[in-house]
Amino acid sequence: MAAKARIRPNPVEAPGDEPGSEPNAPLRGYYERMSLVRAFELRASEMYARARIGGYCHLNLGEEATVVGLMAAVEARDYLFTGYRDHGYALLRGLSPERVMAELFGKVTGVSGGRGGSMHLFDTETRLFGGYGIVGGQIPPATGAALALKYREAAGPDAAAVLCLLGDGTTNIGAFHESLNLAGLWKLPIVYVIVNNGLGMGTTVEKASAEPELYKRAASYRMPGLRVDGDDVLAVRDAARSALKQARESRQPVLLEVMCYRLRGHSVVDPARYRSADDTAIAQQSDPVPSFRAELIASGVLSEADAAAIDESADARVSEAVTFAEESPEPDPTDLFAYVYATAVANAPSALPGEPVMDAL
Amino acid sequence: MTTDIATTRTITYRQALNETLRAELEHDEKVFLIGEEIGVFEGSYKITAGLLEAFGPDRVLDAPIAEEGFVGAALGAAMLGMRPVVEIMTINFSLIAIDQIVNHAAKMRSMFAGQVSIPLVIRMPGGGGQQLAATHSQNLEVWYAHIPGLKVVAPSTPADAKALLTAAIRDDDPVIFLENLSLYSAKGEVPDGEQIAEIGKAAVVKPGTDLTIVSYSRGTTTALEVARQLEAEGLSIEVVDLRSLRPLDRDTICASVQKTGHAVVFEDDWLSYGIGAEISATIGEGVFDFLDAPVRRVAAAEVPLPYAKSLERAALPSSADLARVVREVLNLAPVSSASIDN
Repeated sequence: MAAKARIRPNPVEAPGDEPGSEPNAPLRGYYERMSLVRAFELRASEMYARARIGGYCHLNLGEEATVVGLMAAVEARDYLFTGYRDHGYALLRGLSPERVMAELFGKVTGVSGGRGGSMHLFDTETRLFGGYGIVGGQIPPATGAALALKYREAAGPDAAAVLCLLGDGTTNIGAFHESLNLAGLWKLPIVYVIVNNGLGMGTTVEKASAEPELYKRAASYRMPGLRVDGDDVLAVRDAARSALKQARESRQPVLLEVMCYRLRGHSVVDPARYRSADDTAIAQQSDPVPSFRAELIASGVLSEADAAAIDESADARVSEAVTFAEESPEPDPTDLFAYVYATAVANAPSALPGEPVMDAL
Repeated sequence: MTTDIATTRTITYRQALNETLRAELEHDEKVFLIGEEIGVFEGSYKITAGLLEAFGPDRVLDAPIAEEGFVGAALGAAMLGMRPVVEIMTINFSLIAIDQIVNHAAKMRSMFAGQVSIPLVIRMPGGGGQQLAATHSQNLEVWYAHIPGLKVVAPSTPADAKALLTAAIRDDDPVIFLENLSLYSAKGEVPDGEQIAEIGKAAVVKPGTDLTIVSYSRGTTTALEVARQLEAEGLSIEVVDLRSLRPLDRDTICASVQKTGHAVVFEDDWLSYGIGAEISATIGEGVFDFLDAPVRRVAAAEVPLPYAKSLERAALPSSADLARVVREVLNLAPVSSASIDN
């Protein structure tokens, strides 16, 4: 993988405000959120290693500025669809760390009742409409959610929009192109965000995409495409806010590409041996959490003691979440079939393995 | 089934579908139609004729050729409380959308612990026999009937087309609504007024005492035809129309075979792992002690369906095949092929 300079924002994109021009309170809040995501993901990794978490587990480590920036832009009335690297988004959508960790632990108190796991976090109340484990599976439903919004409400500053997150590898699947075409054709209130961490599992963007400047794909669907530095929380926030404004007020879908780094492997179990030493070094140098922390201390927004207190508080918060998850009950097997159908139906199957499908006459 | 008016009319299966879509668009503004060529073109098989004109392009939405995209979009709209009715031109093309149907629509309610419902109907015709060759003649309903979280219905008559489609549209779960190319012009009596079938229930569409034929969709019409032919020879054949492939009404099937002691499954899909395999296993488990002969299946030959009429005819299960197997199961002497009209 090439040096960081390769993925710096394209000039088409407006730069975010410098920290100096921002009021202090939001900046402090952004750091608190970045710190929370970092602490949560490090603990999730640890809990996975201790076999408290099963299945697949993908972390937002290294993507914290992107997560915080996007979630600062999206409004409570908007609908959020994400891929499987979804923990940070769920936390910042307002779901408690307890419920998110409990879902990872497969507990009944989890956000999806322990039925979805790490990849399938869902919460109707905060309009987090999933967490999807199949690459790009969320893109057509997110597009349809925007279609429903267009159908039921007028465009305007108070209208809702859809924010659909996807990874760089996802831009090569058919559903991506089909959906962006529909959104462009039907003028849907949706912003597609490519969280480009440079790697789809172990395959670089350059090896997977004939046009590796992914935001340019928007041109095929007559929608604006822009690229922003994902390590810059304010730039991400402002770009997403502006894109959402176009979606909600003008029914203009937008494709936003956010450039960031994945600090670890594809999932918790991936040692990422395919990454070069240089690439790993760049990822570590670009780590947005210590960078933002240092920036805020340098500009006087935080003192060293403030920053340390924030980190400690995040860690304590995550400890509470782990305790809650550990103490929560597992789902009851007698509820196995509880959610298969919304409308009760005659002859719905309910046999467990080895049980007769019906009584012999 | 609810019936508020006793009068009936004789209309085609196509007309029953068209009228039901119109009635449901009028009944609930959350209902909308989406699919390829359903608006301006009025549907490849004219099921949506006149609906664009009546309801406008927001309610009858022409989609580009992008099955995965528009089926998934319908799913997303359903997540927000809309009640989309998708038309996929034929079941063959549904494979392009299968990720959205199987990996998503079928899973969401369970995977998200009941936080979201998917009131989505996906209509699509199956069926061979129109010289459409291998890729356009498949009966893939068992692919969907296998999937928990989906409901799969397969009406065989215009009356059921109406009552099951109404039920499907008002149901809060994803329903695969299986039509059949060769049924669209079939006529039948359809009761006026609102008709809502109960999904998950089979029907004994012809009572009998000697043998049970179990079938669905187009197969049921053939089964009834054969049953009536054999009745002239003094045989009493009961016909069970499945109507719902998921859930499957095992009780009705077994109650029938308990009475007749003989069963033949007539199915348009391929034999191995097909609908008949499930029915046979059900009968074996439920009424083994009442069987006087092994259950037989009359299904399509296991070959990609050829174009040439002679080969197509040889591959598809016919009324003659069914009559022959019924006689074999009842241990009756075969009749000359001339005496049974294929």
